Amino acid sequence: MDFKLSKTHQLQQELYRKFAEEEIKPLAEEMDETEQYDMELLKKLHKYGFFGIPYSKKYGGVGGDYLSYALAMEEVSRVDGSTGITISVHTSLYCSCIDYFGTEEQKEAFLRPTVDGSKTGCFGLTEPNAGSDAAGQQTTAVYDADTDEYIINGGKVFTTNSGFADLCTVFAMTDKSAGTRGISCFVVDLNQEGVTVSENIKRMGIRAAQNCEVSYENVRVPAFNRIGKEGQGFKIAMKALDGGRIGIAAQSVGLAQGAINEAMAYCKERKQFGRPISAFQTTQFKLADMQTKVDAARLLTWRAACTKDAGENYSKDAAMAKLFASDVANQVCREAVQLMGGYGYCREYPVERALRDAKITEIYEGTSEVMKMVISGAMKVNAK
Amino acid sequence: MKIVVCIKQVPDTNEVKLDPVTNRLIRDGVPSIINHDDKSAIEKALQIRESLNDGSTVTIVCMGPPQADVALREALAMGADDAYLLSAREFGGSDTCATAIIISTALKKIGYDLVLTGRQAIDGDTAQVGPQIAENLNIPQVSYAEEVEVDGAKNEVLVKRQYEDRYHMIKVQLPCLLTALQELAEPRYMHAGGIIDAYAKDITVWGFDDLKDGLNPDDIGLMGSPTRVVTSFGKMAKGAGTVLDLPADDAVKAIIDKLEERHLI
Repeated sequence: MDFKLSKTHQLQQELYRKFAEEEIKPLAEEMDETEQYDMELLKKLHKYGFFGIPYSKKYGGVGGDYLSYALAMEEVSRVDGSTGITISVHTSLYCSCIDYFGTEEQKEAFLRPTVDGSKTGCFGLTEPNAGSDAAGQQTTAVYDADTDEYIINGGKVFTTNSGFADLCTVFAMTDKSAGTRGISCFVVDLNQEGVTVSENIKRMGIRAAQNCEVSYENVRVPAFNRIGKEGQGFKIAMKALDGGRIGIAAQSVGLAQGAINEAMAYCKERKQFGRPISAFQTTQFKLADMQTKVDAARLLTWRAACTKDAGENYSKDAAMAKLFASDVANQVCREAVQLMGGYGYCREYPVERALRDAKITEIYEGTSEVMKMVISGAMKVNAK
Repeated sequence: MKIVVCIKQVPDTNEVKLDPVTNRLIRDGVPSIINHDDKSAIEKALQIRESLNDGSTVTIVCMGPPQADVALREALAMGADDAYLLSAREFGGSDTCATAIIISTALKKIGYDLVLTGRQAIDGDTAQVGPQIAENLNIPQVSYAEEVEVDGAKNEVLVKRQYEDRYHMIKVQLPCLLTALQELAEPRYMHAGGIIDAYAKDITVWGFDDLKDGLNPDDIGLMGSPTRVVTSFGKMAKGAGTVLDLPADDAVKAIIDKLEERHLI
C-alpha cells in the first residue's frame, strides 16, 4: 500500500492548485456576493480541461481518472465551493450517465462536446416532491411513435448549472405503474422550445452556482436522446450519484482545508495578550484536531476514488467518504470561524463563506441520512 | 521550423541557502520550478509554432539532475513536442561556460532553426549561458527579447530588444538564438490532459557518453569550469535604527546634521 500520489497526479495537483489560487480565488468573494458565476472563468475552466478530467481522450476528455478528478475538486473547493459544485454536477452527474449507459453515437453527440471544452451539462432528477425519495418522479415522458420522439412535461428543482448549461440529463416517468422501473433518462437541450429556467434560487451557500428551477412543457426530444433503455433511468441516476459523492467528499475536504489554511495564517498574525494567538496551546490543539480530521476525510475520499478507478464496487466507500467528509467540513469550518473570532464572522474573510458553503455538502447528492442508508444497506445490517 | 528552448530548473525561493564550504546553492528540500524567463521562452515558442501552423515543432532541452524531469514534463504539458534531459555525473559543478559547452554540443546533435533561452536564471543570475551557446554554435544572437516576430517565408526574425533607456528593433537571419525576458510572453497553464500525455511520452536522457564525440572532459564539470567563487555570503540583517526621542524640531535638526555629515544632502 502506497499513500503517495503518482507523479502524474502530483503535477495535476500543482496545476489545479495554481489555477485555483490565481484564477478562481480573486473572483470568489464577488461571485458569492452577486450570486453570479463568472462566464469568463467558466470558459477558462473548460479550456484547461477541468470539465473532462475522468473521461477518455477518445471522446476529447483529459484521460485522467477519478483520483485526478478528486484532486481537482479539492483544490478548486479550497478557494471556492461554488466552482466545486459547478464542476462536480457537470462531470460526475451529467457526463457519467452518458459515459456509462450511452451508445457510441450518443457519446459522440452528448459526451464529446461536454468533455472537450465546448458545452456544460447539468442533471435534472430532484423535483419539489421528489428529493430523497427520488422514485416519486412526477415529470413524464410520453413516446410519440409518429415522430419517434418523447414529449416531456414536468418541473425540476435545484438543477445546478441550469442557469448557463447547454445540455441536461432529465429523468422522467415513461411508465407510471412501474415505480422506479418506470423512470427513463433523456438528454435535453436546455435552449430548446418548452424549457424554462428560473432565476438562481436564493441560498445560504454555494451562492455563485446557478441552481435553478427548470420547467419542461411539451418538450420534444428525439428517441435517440434516451440514455439506456426505457425504465433504466433510476439505475442510471443512482450510479451517477454514487460517483458524484466522491466529488462532494473531495469538495468537503477542500472547503475544510481552505478554512484551516486561512485560520492558521490569521492565528500567526493576530496578536492578543501580547503574543500571536498561534502561541496558545488551545489554538495549536484546535488546529491539530482540525487537520487530523481533514486528513482522515481525504484518505476516505481517495480510497473511494481508487476503488472506482480499479473498477470495483465503490458505492459504500463513496457514501462513507461523503458522510464523513461533509461532517468534517462543517466542524472544521465552524472551528475556523471560531479561531478567527469576530473577523471570521465577517464576509471579507473567506472562512465565513466556507462555513456557509459547507452546509450543503451534508444535503445534496444524497443527505447524510441517505448515506447511512447506503452504508448500512451494504453492511446488510437488516439482512436475515 | 525546429524551435528549441533551453530551460533551467531553479529553486522556488528568494531565500536561497548556500553551502558554506563549496559556496554553491543547496537544492535539497527546496521546491523547484522552471525559471521564469525560460517559461516565457517556452510560451513564445508555442505561440510561434501555433502562428506558423506549418508542422513546426518545439523541443525542450534542460541540463540538470534526474529530478529536472518534472520541469520537462511541465513543458510538455504546456504543449511542447519533445524533450531532452542532459544529465550526467561528469556535468555536475559546471559553471556557465562549461554548461554552455554541454548544451551547445547537444543542440548540434538535436538540430535547430531558432533557439530560445531565458535571459537569466533566478538562482545564478548571470545571463551568460544563452549568449555563450550562441557563440559556441557560431550563430547570431539577440538578448533581452521582449517582442519577437518570425517571418517564416523570409527566414528571419524581428526582435524588439530591451535596452536601458530605449529599445532596439533588430532583424536577424535564422538560425539564431534569442534570450527571452519574462515580459516576452505570459506562460499558459499546463493542460490537464497535457499532463497525462506528458507522462505517456519518453524524455530522451543524454549522459556524457551520448555527447562525448563533441565534448572534451577537461572543459566540463567542476574541474573544467574556469569560474572560481572566492566567497559568498547570505544577506546581512540590518541593525535596529536609532530612535530620536527629541522634540520634533530638534529631531529634524539631528537628522539633517546626520545627512550632511554623510554628504547625502
